[in-house]
Amino acid sequence: MILNMEHICKSYYRGKNEVPVLHDVSLRVEEGDYLAIMGPSGSGKTTLMNLIGCLDKPSSGSYHLAGEDVSVKKDNALAELRNKYIGFVFQSFYLLPKMSALENVALPLMYAGVPKKERVDRAREALCSVGLEDRMKFLPNQLSGGQCQRIAIARAMAGRPTLLLADEPTGALDTASGEQIMELFSKINAGGGTIVMITHEPSIAAHAKTICHIRDGRLSAPEEVRL
Amino acid sequence: MFENIQQALQGIWNHKLRSFLTMLGIIIGIAAIITIVSTIKGTNDQIKQNLIGSGNNVVVVSLHQGDYPVELSDGNLPQGVSVIAPETRQRLEEMEGVERVSLYRQRQWGASVLYQGSEFSGKTLGVDQNYFQVYGYKLCYGRLFREEDLLEHRKLAILDTQAVSAVFSRDYPVGKTLEIRGEPYTVIGVVEQSGSFRPVIETLSDYEMYAESSSGTVFLTAQGWEIAFGFDEPQNVAVKAASTDTMTTVGKAAADLLSATQISDPSGSYAYRSEDLLEQAEQLQAMSRSTNRLLVWIAGISLLVGGIGVMNIMLVSVSERTHEIGLRKALGAKRRKILGQFLTEAAALTSLGGLLGILGGIGLAELLSRAMNTPTAISVPAIVVAAAFSILIGLIFGLLPATKAAKMNPIDALRRE
Repeated sequence: MILNMEHICKSYYRGKNEVPVLHDVSLRVEEGDYLAIMGPSGSGKTTLMNLIGCLDKPSSGSYHLAGEDVSVKKDNALAELRNKYIGFVFQSFYLLPKMSALENVALPLMYAGVPKKERVDRAREALCSVGLEDRMKFLPNQLSGGQCQRIAIARAMAGRPTLLLADEPTGALDTASGEQIMELFSKINAGGGTIVMITHEPSIAAHAKTICHIRDGRLSAPEEVRL
Repeated sequence: MFENIQQALQGIWNHKLRSFLTMLGIIIGIAAIITIVSTIKGTNDQIKQNLIGSGNNVVVVSLHQGDYPVELSDGNLPQGVSVIAPETRQRLEEMEGVERVSLYRQRQWGASVLYQGSEFSGKTLGVDQNYFQVYGYKLCYGRLFREEDLLEHRKLAILDTQAVSAVFSRDYPVGKTLEIRGEPYTVIGVVEQSGSFRPVIETLSDYEMYAESSSGTVFLTAQGWEIAFGFDEPQNVAVKAASTDTMTTVGKAAADLLSATQISDPSGSYAYRSEDLLEQAEQLQAMSRSTNRLLVWIAGISLLVGGIGVMNIMLVSVSERTHEIGLRKALGAKRRKILGQFLTEAAALTSLGGLLGILGGIGLAELLSRAMNTPTAISVPAIVVAAAFSILIGLIFGLLPATKAAKMNPIDALRRE
């Protein structure tokens, strides 16, 4: 099992008031899963995504990622977990604008301590796998949204993560580019990659193998997607 | 590390104007310090060179009346001061730190030295055999004084090259006869002060000092002197110290000894005093040092202000790049990496400023020395210290912004667009 969340609660403090966001969430992800988490805005799906991505820690409950207990880790240890196990794909790509496609993809490898030559090789390989081998030296603002998101996917995959975590990956793209991204995800999943995707669009969620709904901080049981 | 530096320089290049303005405080501060230090060093080197001469270590111990050296002239012998006896001379030579001693008598002017009816205007000295060695003269033509010259009271003269050109404009001097107070003196040699001492002439007072000695010197033997000027004039003493460091103490000790042995009335106005060149040099240096210390402080304040400017712009840079920091942390950058990135950037900014400041300072010092005719000497240690200091400023004033960046929470940082 890659991911095991049990009875997770998360609340924030606004001044002295406790604002609960997630109530008793339990979630399991096995290797090779392709899970979509669907919910409207304000449902707590971003909070859940932050927890899964080790960007935040739960208020209570337990969370194991690849066998490691996330809830007891400190800042630096969380950074290490993210670097090692999670590949992030964000809605608005989050590429560094002054860096070329290749440098962007190689960035997480730098933090993993991969030597420079190997870093470049692996980044090049990852860019090839998303079909951007002829755009390596381009800056993000010279590329289309779809291409930028593919760079972001290459960046996520270059570190060979245990889990690809995508937050509204098609939210900023037109339908055609969105479809391309979804094809890429399916290919990654078919190759054995594990994906958790957060979205509010049913047509996008339909690409996953299983769907969970989140509403008012409560997560429903996963449903199989029928093709 | 190398990549951090590369990235930092890239960042500086991306914000050329902003980076330059930020560096300006550092540039001005470092340039000012380099200029000031170069000027101090140049002036000090010159003072030392002019006053001490390099490698001579000679202290003149001369008879003073009150604060002024006694200028001997005819029929005006100082009362109660005796001629230095051979025993006293021996005691001087045996003092610790003394390498060699020479006794001499001198007329600055009015010695009435004539050659073919025209009068020589330089100084005239009656010297012992040590004099040329003490002052580092070397023989150009002819010969120096010998033992038998002294024993036989021969009337001989040696000239230095300035005196030769003043007196014998075209004639070969050796073998010619000078008339000194009606007595004939044969020129037997020409000497020249060796290359170690060349005065630097940059100001009017340098020139006067030089001009005083530039008309040259005629040397007689002590015995030859006595024939022309009389035998009872007290001598001056040139003491060559073993090292530059001991010049001052050796000179004082010699002056004390002579004052005790030569002067019969110690409460009178006569005393032997050492003309301490090192002390004079140090006084002059101290004067320029204290004014320059003030300037260095002002330059230091400029560096402080520059450092605060760097801190300010780094804080701006950190908040501008909150998003980038959030992303880097999400991708697995630990605190240390972020800290390192921003510290490197600050240090790159200030060390680049330092480098420009050093170049600017050297240029300014050079310009100043041309425009105002003051000497400068670029000090290598000052450059090394300035470079190290500018890096240090970056690290110190970059620490707060870099810590702020390193401590950012990735979620908050990412959320802020």
